[in-house]
Amino acid sequence: MPKDDGIGAATVRREDVRFLTGRGRYSDDIKAFGECAAVFARSTVANGTIKSINTEAAAAMPGVLAIFTGEDFVDVGGNPAGWLVNSRDGEPMKEPKRPVLAHGKVRHVGDAYAAVIAETVEQGRDAVEALEVDIEEHAAVINMKDALAGTNYVHDEIGTNQCFDWGWIEDNRAATDEAIKGAHHVTTLELVNNRLVPNAMEPRCSIGDYNHGTGDYTLQTTSQNPHLTRLLISAFVLGIPENKLTVIAPDVGGGFGSKIYHYGEEALVLAAAKKLGRTVKWTSDRSEAFLTDAHGRDHVTKIELALDEKGNFLAFRTETYANVGAYLSNFSTVTPTFLHGTLMAGNYTVPLVYVNLKAVFTNTAPVDAYRGAGRPEATFSLERVIDMAAREIGRDPIELRRQNFIKPDQYPFASAAGLEYDSGNYDALMDQMEKVSDKAGFAARRAESESKGLLRGFGVNAYVEACGIAPSNLVGILGSRVGLYDAATVRVNATGNLSVMVGAHSHGQGHETVFPQIVADMLGIDAASIDIVHGDTSKIPFGMGTYGSRSLAVCGSAVVRATEKVIAKATKIAAHMLEAEAGDVDFNDGTFSVKGTNRSVSFGEVALKAYIPHDYPIDLIEPGLEETAFYDPANFTYPSGAYCCEVEVDPETGKVRVDRMTAVDDFGNVMNPMIVTGQVHGGLGQGIGQALVEQTTYDDDGQLLSASYMDYAMPRADDLPFYVVDHSQSTVCTHNPLGAKGCGEAGAIGSPPTVVNAVIDAMQSGGKNITHIDMPMTPHRVWTAMNNAQ
Amino acid sequence: MYAFDIERPTSVADAVAALKDEDAQALGGGQTLIPTLKQRLAAPSKLVSLTGIADMQGIANDGDTLRIGGATTHATVAVDTADTYPALADLASHIGDPAVRNRGTIGGSLANNDPSACYPAVALASGATIITNTREIAADDYFQGMFTTALEDGEIVTAISMPVPEKANYQKFVQPASRFALVGVFVAKFADGVRVAVTGASNEGVHRWTEAEDALSADFSAGAIAGLTVSADNLIADLHGSPEYRAHLVKVMTGRAVAAAS
Ligand SMILES: Cc1cc2nc3c(=O)[nH]c(=O)nc-3n(C[C@H](O)[C@H](O)[C@H](O)COP(=O)(O)OP(=O)(O)OC[C@H]3O[C@@H](n4cnc5c(N)ncnc54)[C@H](O)[C@@H]3O)c2cc1C
Repeated sequence: MPKDDGIGAATVRREDVRFLTGRGRYSDDIKAFGECAAVFARSTVANGTIKSINTEAAAAMPGVLAIFTGEDFVDVGGNPAGWLVNSRDGEPMKEPKRPVLAHGKVRHVGDAYAAVIAETVEQGRDAVEALEVDIEEHAAVINMKDALAGTNYVHDEIGTNQCFDWGWIEDNRAATDEAIKGAHHVTTLELVNNRLVPNAMEPRCSIGDYNHGTGDYTLQTTSQNPHLTRLLISAFVLGIPENKLTVIAPDVGGGFGSKIYHYGEEALVLAAAKKLGRTVKWTSDRSEAFLTDAHGRDHVTKIELALDEKGNFLAFRTETYANVGAYLSNFSTVTPTFLHGTLMAGNYTVPLVYVNLKAVFTNTAPVDAYRGAGRPEATFSLERVIDMAAREIGRDPIELRRQNFIKPDQYPFASAAGLEYDSGNYDALMDQMEKVSDKAGFAARRAESESKGLLRGFGVNAYVEACGIAPSNLVGILGSRVGLYDAATVRVNATGNLSVMVGAHSHGQGHETVFPQIVADMLGIDAASIDIVHGDTSKIPFGMGTYGSRSLAVCGSAVVRATEKVIAKATKIAAHMLEAEAGDVDFNDGTFSVKGTNRSVSFGEVALKAYIPHDYPIDLIEPGLEETAFYDPANFTYPSGAYCCEVEVDPETGKVRVDRMTAVDDFGNVMNPMIVTGQVHGGLGQGIGQALVEQTTYDDDGQLLSASYMDYAMPRADDLPFYVVDHSQSTVCTHNPLGAKGCGEAGAIGSPPTVVNAVIDAMQSGGKNITHIDMPMTPHRVWTAMNNAQ
Repeated sequence: MYAFDIERPTSVADAVAALKDEDAQALGGGQTLIPTLKQRLAAPSKLVSLTGIADMQGIANDGDTLRIGGATTHATVAVDTADTYPALADLASHIGDPAVRNRGTIGGSLANNDPSACYPAVALASGATIITNTREIAADDYFQGMFTTALEDGEIVTAISMPVPEKANYQKFVQPASRFALVGVFVAKFADGVRVAVTGASNEGVHRWTEAEDALSADFSAGAIAGLTVSADNLIADLHGSPEYRAHLVKVMTGRAVAAAS
């Protein structure tokens, strides 16, 4: 039974008061006394040799304080990849250095090769224009297959554009080939998972500060994980001891992955702050964001599905080229491999999966995890090829999926792609989806669309994904260079209210509302008396931050563990106060009472006693009431869902309109259904955006053609339908204390194939023999496909 | 943005005088010019704001023709012509977003002559006259290709005289990102014939589709253009559409505009 503001209550987001009234405090809102500005000189060519940079004239300009070039950072480290991936032959991946500022060569349009520090941004810009720079342009490496075939290298020193050639599961390669060779039917599909620009509403911003009196550095930055950023700067890039560097991520206006990573601008403002003894700020403008924020997706895949004569799935085999861009961003090697290949069995009992993935360097912006990170790519390939197979063998797409679903009594289920799913019920999700979407009414709606000259299609999708990254021992074996636990400190103040310090960072997710709900529920006190502290390494325990829908499953579990420790200690104190044995004391609804008596003390009285320990068993119990827990998950969590949508396509123009969209998800236990619904809405918007409008195009010279909102379309409210969102069909996560799975990315994972499947269905209903259209399905693309099919 | 001075004259004469300075430039609503300045793609020494000139504001209706001040915002046009020229009001109400419509001006749009802009289509289809501080220019002579007009340096669009057709409609097929016209077609039916103006499609900017005009003047129905084809020659090719696609859309949008004309 949820309390008003306990677990399961649809508590209104307390952070929205400041966000919706203009009182959020984002990095760029912070104005330091004596602050100056960093402005970066960025390459306008995709591939070039830096012959010379003459800074003399620029340095003499008004307001200029310092100029840095790549030369200034040759003696410090590079920004590393967080995960070592080995090729099929056991060779470690190629890992070229990613310097703070480009040195020797520039490798993508936007690559920073110099930075001017000036009193004002405009003076800095003037000075950047006055830099005398000689960059010899070379042909750009853009297309992945050409990159692998050619001898024009993004990084000359590694002598190849292939970062790695990964196989998963390599031991199953031969058996998968065999299964496909002998299969009754094989469906083959080539598809592109389109590159996306993250477009967080708040652009990146970093402010460096150095105190010459203490030797302490402070970095305020737009980060999803301040401790990870600190670790990278300290251990790899600048070598600043961790105890001398505080990283603060204040309010952050969206990340979607792009603010997980450490970027060179962060190191630059710290180095400049030390050199000048001034606070140095850099705020990205939107144009810089397009060129330099790590992009998402960008896979080119061939997938095959082998079936027997009854429609049972025998094997999935994929060959994928994954673009990593010009440099390895921190999660760029794990995203296309272990976050993608391990999901390639989907919701199915298929016995064999083999994934071959080649990661390719190109002269484009780095590519890394973006909402969903690898799982959208997996789901898209699977659910498109299954739909196509159903059509080819004349089966209903829902029924074919159901036939191959893992059944509820098969959990825990070892998937053919190497994961152990702990719980799920995919048929129940599909049942609910068919019901709440009014699938039965589709035929009538189609007839109505046709009477208006429009084609209507129905598309379906089933997904399972892996959240709550991840068991440290497991990821260590797989190549991770960090652990993936999280941490929480629950501090009960003397007067009975609480400050909870968490390692997860909230940049739109609603932690400030949800974590108090959990603690309030456990302690039986008012959530309003609990506050969350996050985003400041000087205040919070070492946590790994927010991405991969891990905040609740991992950090939330740490909050539970720390709160349990608080209760255990408080129970001992209460026992003393009640002159009873701790074992005889019950804790319920904020009150400690002795079993079978009416003697009790409140949680608040115990807190006060802990801090004013008069008449206190000081030799047995320490004063104070504050506990920390680190939680390392036992497994990933496995949210799953069944989605459907209906589209209307205008056959004259190719314009697609999503008319209905239903998302039925299993998120395990839901802490706050309103916030979960909001997360699904956001994910659906991004997924529909990917499916229909978001198009990232580099030309052959490596110029980003879609480098502003004039050419890069973001989904807008009128592109999106009303959503039916349902999370009634949950199965509980079996291995974390909350039974929660993770909901942050589901919408972006489940929706793209749903939309594409619906468009293909519409095409077929219009008598067009079209089996696939690549995303984004812009009017031009759909019209062209229809035109070519005539 | 580079530094510049700004003047805010209250009469056309003062504005003309202020624009005589080398590198001075007129500022309408700033919805095109300010982003250009922010990107440092232009460096005028002085901006002469036209929006404070009372003579350039508002809409007058002298019977069959509207006179729209050159500094009138899209939002004002959208509201004030709703009864007199609904197709124009509808066009204005779909330009950009509320901020763009409340700042951007018809004079600025016509002076800029973006090949994907909406106002050039209504001006050309309506057979408008562009009135400047020195002369009157027929729309047919005014639009001279992408971002090119008959305006001389320092010449100000003070007003537009817009004949009101019997029936008209604008069909805008939006470019997904900018939501300017990927192809926009304005059809205007007058007592003495039909005019069809196409925006968004051509490397030469807004233009008339004379074959369609002839067919529609004879028979004002969507079917009248069924037999026509639009050549893809010299149409715009970009991320959002090939010349062939644009050619196809010109015909589709024209048909829809005719069907919807009122
Ligand atoms: C997000 C966005 C969306 C938009 N969408 C659309 C759309 O869908 N359709 C569309 O048609 N337009 C669209 N626009 C453009 C908008 O209509 C602009 O307002 C218009 O193109 C320029 O008008 P302005 O008054 O803002 O001119 P400014 O930006 O001030 O000036 C533009 C140019 O015209 C000159 N100029 C200005 N006024 C005069 C004058 N009276 N006489 C002579 N020269 C003058 C200036 O010197 C400058 O060279 C959009 C703009 C934005 C920012």
